[in-house]
Amino acid sequence: MPPPARHSAPLAAVAAAVAAVSFGDALRAANEGPRAVAAEVTALRDGEGRDLTVGRCIICHSVEYIPANAPAMDRAAWQKTIQKMRDRFGAPITDEEAKQILDYLAANYSGKSG
Amino acid sequence: MGVLTRREALLAAAGFAAAGARADENIPAGSSGGDLLAALPGKKPLIQRAFRPPNFETPLADLASLYTGNAVFFVRYHLPVIPRVDTTGWRLQIGGPSAQRSLALSLPELKNSFPHVSVAAVNQCSGNRRGLFSPRVPGVQWRNGAMGNALWTGVRLRDVLQKAGVAADALEVVFNGADTPVLPATPDFVKSLPIDRALDENTLIALEMNGQPLPHWNGAPARLVVPGWTGTYWVKHLTDIRIQPTAFDGFWMKSAYRIPTGAFPTARFVSQETPEATPITEMLVNSLIVSPAPAARLRRGEPAQLAGKAWDAGSGIALVEVSVDGRQSWREATLGRDLGRFAWREFRLPLDTSKGGPLEVAVRARSRNGATQPEALTFNAAGYHDNRVQTLRVEVS
Repeated sequence: MPPPARHSAPLAAVAAAVAAVSFGDALRAANEGPRAVAAEVTALRDGEGRDLTVGRCIICHSVEYIPANAPAMDRAAWQKTIQKMRDRFGAPITDEEAKQILDYLAANYSGKSG
Repeated sequence: MGVLTRREALLAAAGFAAAGARADENIPAGSSGGDLLAALPGKKPLIQRAFRPPNFETPLADLASLYTGNAVFFVRYHLPVIPRVDTTGWRLQIGGPSAQRSLALSLPELKNSFPHVSVAAVNQCSGNRRGLFSPRVPGVQWRNGAMGNALWTGVRLRDVLQKAGVAADALEVVFNGADTPVLPATPDFVKSLPIDRALDENTLIALEMNGQPLPHWNGAPARLVVPGWTGTYWVKHLTDIRIQPTAFDGFWMKSAYRIPTGAFPTARFVSQETPEATPITEMLVNSLIVSPAPAARLRRGEPAQLAGKAWDAGSGIALVEVSVDGRQSWREATLGRDLGRFAWREFRLPLDTSKGGPLEVAVRARSRNGATQPEALTFNAAGYHDNRVQTLRVEVS
């Protein structure tokens, strides 16, 4: 991999890093073109704790997993998932942050019926 | 290899946030997201279940052909850092405590040192149809398209293992690929097979898919092909193979991809089994109605045909039965070409459109080992093995 060009703006470094990921091409194209090109999803419903939730989750994954899983989730299930992300996958989330993320997900993405 | 450092990957992730990105505001709670069709580089538009790690499902219409095209074949990853492998620098490392010697094979060495073998085989994600579970279970919410049928060409894993020398105490063979996590604490995606399955003549290190080099998103330059077993074992972008005398204890074997012990009539993976849980192994006998499309309208009096696919773990399909009278009576469908016992088998049957109204079709396949599709789901928390009798409701008018 050639070394990234030395631009001063941090965004250039980010762009270089993103470009190194295989789907960097897709990302750049998506910002310019129609929706048919696969692109990162980072938007979640507005609410207390959204920015923290997005900020932690997208370290490892795009966030369409969250609305997609909502029909299977309630507060207890989200608690289990957050615990799994911290304990098994090493997500850097403090106890206080975990509580805020749980409140946000439980309030906005609990679609489990019955 | 163009591997991202962890710091770069973290920066990249931060960049996604800083950019605020695009995408839908107001995604409703409870929504499964609908079917967003989007294309990865080199792929046709597929159903985007998740962008990163990339999980893209093949639309039903693209499962109509006998071989599923490389550009529409489903994509499934667990980890987000997926290097485009530089094939000149690539080496496949083979070793481990139960290997008599270590090997580091270049791509030409792998290609030129062993006989080439092709096998037509279904590659089905363990979680295919998870999104159809009731009650719903967490995980990628796949419907029917986390599967496909392809002609896989490469070398036998057995030949490569035997070149390294398999010691008598070998118990499992462990496989790692070039994809990696963002965080050091995240378990790398590493899988193992029992030694007998690794030495099975049908287990391949594939270099080609449908006569072309493996697409990047399907594991270039080399991936494992384990006919009959679910996709989780078909490790992509292979880099390391270890033969060992002990059970591999990584997260993706000990904690993930597990089913209740004894719940399904599939091959056992004894060295990984506990009284409660055991790894998923073989696929169950199953079928898929490809056409008519769900909720299609058929014109009264015009010819119509039911078509689909049936498969199992390698016994082969004996017959496919169709009922159009609420399971009172069953008729045998016509089976298509036999591509081999690990491939799917096409089935077809003309539909009677002489009467108007709703038409409910039920389809069940039977394996040559006598197994057939059940009416009810065997619920399991991970959402695996949905092989219920397939149904379709269409309107004739």
